[in-house]
Amino acid sequence: MDFLNGITLILNYIFIPGFTYGSQLALGALGITIVYSVLRFSNFAHGEFMSFGAMSAILLSWLFMSFKINIYPLPTAIMVLPIAILLTIAYCLIVDRLVFKFYRQQNSKSVINLIVSIGVMFFTGGLIRFIVGPGDKNFFDGERFFLKARTFKNITGLNEGLTLKTTQGVTIILSVLLVIILFWFLNKTKTGKSMRAYSDNKELALLSGINPEKVVLITWIITGTLACVAGTLYGLDKSYKPFTYLHLVLPIFSAAIVGGVGNPIGAIIGGYVIAFSELIITFAYKKIFFYFLPTYLVPEGLLQILSTDYKIAISFVILVIVLLIKPTGIYKGKII
Amino acid sequence: MTNLSRIKITYFLMLIALIAVGFFQSWNVALTIFNLCIISSIMTLGINIQWGNAGIVNFGVMGFAALGGLANIIISMPPTLNAWESGGAMIIIGLILFILSIVFSIILFKKSSLSNKIKYLISFILVISSYFFMRFLVDIPIEKIEAIEPAKTGYLGGFNLPVLMSWPVGGLLAAFSAFIIGKISLGLRSDYLAIATLGISEIIIYFLKNEDWLSRGVKNVNGLPRPVPYEIELQSQAWVLKTSNNLNIPINELSSIIVKLSYSILFCVVLLSVLFLLEVAVKSPWGRMMRAIRDNEVSANAMGKDIKKRHLQVFIIGSAIVGVAGAMLTTLDGQFTPVSYQPLRYTFLIWIMVIVGGSGNNFGSIIGGFLIWFFWVQSEPLGLWFISQVTTHISDTNIIKSHLLENAAHIRLMFMGMILLITLRFAPKGLIPEVKR
Amino acid sequence: MYLLSGEKITCGYGSVDIVSECSIGVNKGNISSVVGPNGAGKSTAMKALFGLLPVKKGKVILNGEDVTNLPPQKRVLKGMGFVPQTNNIFPSLTVRENLEMGAFIDQNDLNKMLEYVYELFPVLKDKKNQDAGELSGGQRQQVAVGRALMTKPKVLMLDEPSAGVSPIIMEGLFSKIREIADQGTAILMVEQNAKQALKISNLGFVLSQGKNLFTDSGNSLLANKEVRQAFLGG
Repeated sequence: MDFLNGITLILNYIFIPGFTYGSQLALGALGITIVYSVLRFSNFAHGEFMSFGAMSAILLSWLFMSFKINIYPLPTAIMVLPIAILLTIAYCLIVDRLVFKFYRQQNSKSVINLIVSIGVMFFTGGLIRFIVGPGDKNFFDGERFFLKARTFKNITGLNEGLTLKTTQGVTIILSVLLVIILFWFLNKTKTGKSMRAYSDNKELALLSGINPEKVVLITWIITGTLACVAGTLYGLDKSYKPFTYLHLVLPIFSAAIVGGVGNPIGAIIGGYVIAFSELIITFAYKKIFFYFLPTYLVPEGLLQILSTDYKIAISFVILVIVLLIKPTGIYKGKII
Repeated sequence: MTNLSRIKITYFLMLIALIAVGFFQSWNVALTIFNLCIISSIMTLGINIQWGNAGIVNFGVMGFAALGGLANIIISMPPTLNAWESGGAMIIIGLILFILSIVFSIILFKKSSLSNKIKYLISFILVISSYFFMRFLVDIPIEKIEAIEPAKTGYLGGFNLPVLMSWPVGGLLAAFSAFIIGKISLGLRSDYLAIATLGISEIIIYFLKNEDWLSRGVKNVNGLPRPVPYEIELQSQAWVLKTSNNLNIPINELSSIIVKLSYSILFCVVLLSVLFLLEVAVKSPWGRMMRAIRDNEVSANAMGKDIKKRHLQVFIIGSAIVGVAGAMLTTLDGQFTPVSYQPLRYTFLIWIMVIVGGSGNNFGSIIGGFLIWFFWVQSEPLGLWFISQVTTHISDTNIIKSHLLENAAHIRLMFMGMILLITLRFAPKGLIPEVKR
Repeated sequence: MYLLSGEKITCGYGSVDIVSECSIGVNKGNISSVVGPNGAGKSTAMKALFGLLPVKKGKVILNGEDVTNLPPQKRVLKGMGFVPQTNNIFPSLTVRENLEMGAFIDQNDLNKMLEYVYELFPVLKDKKNQDAGELSGGQRQQVAVGRALMTKPKVLMLDEPSAGVSPIIMEGLFSKIREIADQGTAILMVEQNAKQALKISNLGFVLSQGKNLFTDSGNSLLANKEVRQAFLGG
């Protein structure tokens, strides 16, 4: 029984939140990785693109909520997601047309593109705050839990509860779905393959008759989709505040780099590595020991490796360590 | 247009803008803006020497500025009674041991010829065990120190020295961390370096936010000593009273103008000395070599230039300048608030200043710092004015109008983005381009 | 009348002319080799023929049509294939995907062409699901040639196909090239290994300092004393 309680505890406090947050990071990192591998620059505006997607979903949710159109028990945001995705893609494409395209044609250095993306980040951040304001936005509706702690306790008779919030369930399911579609697209379709070919060897792709502007278009469509879904899921699960998305860029970069920039599988792995490290390092292990060890052996204190205040900093530490030891990341930075 | 006339025109316009603020808003506001303009310019100079002359992308401005701020506490605050007796030294020893173990692991990785597996194993065990050993050493002293009158102190305090000393010390602190950061990360490609320095600066801020024994964390350190007199003291001075009567300015306002002017003088001295030193450096063979490396790393390498060493030098110098400016900023604020360090405001805004002013030109950096800071402050009222003009025919009860007015302040982020993008597109060399020497 | 020819072309980088008034051509089912010392402008001429470099003077004629100003992609559609000397594969794509990308524009006969390439280079069939970047030098070269063949080119242009390949592999590769030519595709190649290249060639062009020095059949050039002494190492 103690053993089962211990397992439940780990599932509840590490596995489910880690898998949720990891999925959100992975989707974000995928966006960064794909822009990097095709357009060859680190896109600092990606966090704001996510924020833009989330904002679109919020505004649309409010609109549909006022019409009382919903898909209870699921949040309305999921229903309006397709429209929000279209809006985000449109925004990405407009930005590309007005800003990035010029530097692409100039064959600018990647560092110039990076600075350009900072300009886009500022502008987009301002635009979003101008539209919805800087405050916290709540747009969650529907049933809060897939599985409540009490229900779980009643069914199993354990001391420890296991909860699965709707947002967590939705995040996990949607992410897995999206990743499957993405990989199918990249590996099985002609257009997906041409994208990989383009990122692999631009000159040869041109010789093969692959149209670069079409590849760029597809890249932004994918990036916009990923950004919108990731941003909305993060906003649903935590809470939406324009400010937080700027700070999300760094954990996402960490995930992309830890996994190996330019490699989609790496981005996903990186997302989970970051998320689980954050939880594992800041988890208070006292209770676990309580279940797994005889009482007289349980040490005093919370048994935390690092205080929860440092949670986000862990992703930066991992980032720095990876950059120092193995800048190519876990999956050697092969492109797409 | 020659650079000299560009400098004359832009500096003159900037001066007029500041004077206009003095006349139309108030001289207090104008001086506040002016002082922060100077600090921004100094930070911009620090980043410009790295980016403009050596092509190094340092996104760690925030961290170095905060370290400069920390110097204020260490130098000028009185030591907390009993804090050192509670084991303050133990904390320092613990930290140093931990850092040494990390440094040792890094050296192990870079220098030793052992197989990778063994390296990973040794450094993993070493770092982990030294981490827990540090925790064993520091946990109790930290708890004790933070328990000493937590509402007022709860930290180690400083050395009770004159606050002006914290400016050079802030520079040294930044230089020292730049040495470590540069040593480990300067080999990285430009965008990785950008991300790494941004990450490291975030770690520094997290450390300052959470290590209450050092910086009081989110409780802030208030009441830092000032290098200039307090307004209250001035108000009782005979000459101030007299000037107030003569010029017909309220005594409150005058005293605060005098305080701000004194800061301005101090800051100008620093700005001019930094500018002088940088101009000498840039024109020297050292600066020429730096640019040669920037323009063609391969051939510079072939010519036997020690690129790594040069880059490290310029990284340290630039970061130290940022550290000095950070220390000045905290002195001006009179308090150290770790939460206020945001990458948007520190790192990225400074970068906009560098680019807009003109990468590789020190005079450009100064005008970039002035101009962007001026607009950063003034675009809020400008945005508000703009929106109210646009919506002037809409009734005040209109939801859209009130919403727009409410959020008008955020136009400034859009505005900054636009300035950066427009500069990069139409004048990528900035207001005052680099001089080809 | 050649199938593909460059007529008195002049080209180079910036204001420097690397190739001046040089004529090169190849007939259907033939192999033409361009040989000459390092820096003779062989590869430059090749790039100009394919439109990777602008031609300053002269014409490029394909099948009687002036293609001098067409971009490379359009020339692929007209029946030209090009295998660059380096970076000529997509390393992280599988062998099969590399070949598919070759047929990106025209996928009508994809399976037929895949079979053709697999038949020509059986090793590619065995490794079709392996990343091309993991293959050996000779196998990569086969992937590169195979990719170019996928568009059913009338003319296949090879820039130093034997670069970085061992002598034994090179011999195999050359016999494959002869095989491709015998099946009707014209082949124009630039080669460092002049002797071996001329052996399988119908026509040879000896270039020096960007100019035509000798133009004759492969065997006659091999027999020419002057050519042997100056360019073939005796």
